[in-house]
Amino acid sequence: MKHLPVAGKAITLLLTAVLLVACGTTQEEKDAAAAAAAAAAAAQAAQEAQESAAAANAIATVEQARLEEAAAALGNVFYFEYDSTNLTPEALAALDAHIAVLQTSTEDVRLQGHTDERGTREYNLALGEGRAISVRDYMVANGIESFRIETISYGEESPVAYGSGDGNWAQNRRVVLE
Amino acid sequence: MKVLSSVLLSVVLAMVASIAQAQLTIEISQGMDNPTAIAIAPFAWQGNGAQPEDVAAVVDSDLARSGQFVPIARTDMLSRPTAQADVFYRDWRAIEAEYLLIGRVSKANNELRIEYDLFDVLRQTIVDSGAETGPASTARMMSHRVADAVYEKLTGVPGAFATRLLYISVTRVPGGKDYSRLTMSDSDGANPVVLLETSEPLLGPTWSPDAKSIAYVSFETGRPAIYRQELSTGRREQLTNFKGLNSAPAWSPDGKTMAMVLSKDGSPDIYLMDLATKQLKRITRHYAIDTEPAWMPDGNSLLFTSDRGGKPQIYRYDLRNGSTERLTFEGTYNARARVAQDGRNVVMVHQQDGRFHIALLDLVTNRTHVLTTTQLDESPSIAPNGSMVLYATKAGDRGILAGVSVDGGVKFRLPAREGDVREPAWSPYLSR
Repeated sequence: MKHLPVAGKAITLLLTAVLLVACGTTQEEKDAAAAAAAAAAAAQAAQEAQESAAAANAIATVEQARLEEAAAALGNVFYFEYDSTNLTPEALAALDAHIAVLQTSTEDVRLQGHTDERGTREYNLALGEGRAISVRDYMVANGIESFRIETISYGEESPVAYGSGDGNWAQNRRVVLE
Repeated sequence: MKVLSSVLLSVVLAMVASIAQAQLTIEISQGMDNPTAIAIAPFAWQGNGAQPEDVAAVVDSDLARSGQFVPIARTDMLSRPTAQADVFYRDWRAIEAEYLLIGRVSKANNELRIEYDLFDVLRQTIVDSGAETGPASTARMMSHRVADAVYEKLTGVPGAFATRLLYISVTRVPGGKDYSRLTMSDSDGANPVVLLETSEPLLGPTWSPDAKSIAYVSFETGRPAIYRQELSTGRREQLTNFKGLNSAPAWSPDGKTMAMVLSKDGSPDIYLMDLATKQLKRITRHYAIDTEPAWMPDGNSLLFTSDRGGKPQIYRYDLRNGSTERLTFEGTYNARARVAQDGRNVVMVHQQDGRFHIALLDLVTNRTHVLTTTQLDESPSIAPNGSMVLYATKAGDRGILAGVSVDGGVKFRLPAREGDVREPAWSPYLSR
């Protein structure tokens, strides 16, 4: 919508130029007409550039939506092995999809590191931070500015699955991107 | 409407949870092989109205919990003397009591006085007499002091019943955020007082050496921060607000310094904060995890957990010369040390066959003794007299507190009526 006033102005200039050419008597008037015509042409070029940018934007929006959809399909939770801060192949695939989205935006993200209940609480706070930092470092290495990323560790204090056993523990060893 | 009702529901849940707060009860699961039989006769009440506390019942339950005594049931007593002149030793020999405790409770103005006499039934002699006085509102704590005196007379070790506990209890809110409470109670779980409630995690409660203040980590601002809180006034101070970890506060024995874990400079390291000036001094510098500082009683060194060798182990940092030495070599996971006042016994979390137990490391012999048999045991805290260790474990899917003697012979559990209970912190001796 922003380009409308500019287009309006260009049309006005164009009309003025046509009128001046039609009446065309003095050199001064001719010069003015030429100048006006040049200005009109420039305005038209600007308008065309803007329109093509808008079209490109529309394509980018579609592309963005596609990337977001791809990232959403892989989820915003990255899982880890026991007592490990290494990114698994599944985590990397999901993370790559989120990085592709973040490269097209300026949004800030928060990475929450979590652990399962095994081991001591303080050690797990440190381990959860290590996991969030693993994700952050990978994002930074792939072009996401570090100032856009905040990390926070909850250790074992904020489980999604309350019970014990491998199934519950696996769900709790995670980094959540939000 | 749906939003409103869910907000109301969470308020109601919080209220219900608040009323049915995590009061602990005691179940003794294992005692010593030859506990001493003691009869504690009901104390006489010399005052108006009801006796403010059944002193004999409190002493009975304290001594039973130690595992070193087996109190005789009141219903088995042939007589119930309250003064020395009324004691007939044959009544107590007949029911195989080795010792007898009698006493009297009186009240003048608002001051309560508890007098007691302890007898050796076999030798037919009085072995101790004493009195406790204090405001009537502290009747229960005074009763614990009587138990402390009896325990010390008969075992030679000061009692630690007249002490307090801090612990964290968590109420699960289905579909919402868990509700955390920091609670202080008597050493037997009685008289719980909620010091802080929040819907964000709370952890690491710890005592100042004078037992007048506490410190803990709260996520209440959305990030972890270390707070200290004065118990008498409730006055609170946020000590840290650094990027990354702010955790594991540990007061130095002289009360002037707080050891803590910060990751503001990259990886988790141990720092010391001068509590007067708030100046920080970094103690460890390693890219691995360094955490869980614990002071040696002489204040000259700190134990901490580090995975610098690949797996978590206990290390000691000497503040006098800056040297670091590894202390644990048995097992692949040794963490969160707490040191007894004797500076010799260290309790810690020790992994064996994939299970996490509480173990005792003897710093003189360098031997590790596993004290517990359950499998997700953590957060050991040792009594100020060094006799008992409280720790957190799981029963079913719920977190509960449990206790074990340092020789592993006595075990008890302190289940809460509801919610998960964790991170017990046993107070130092309380000043009167």
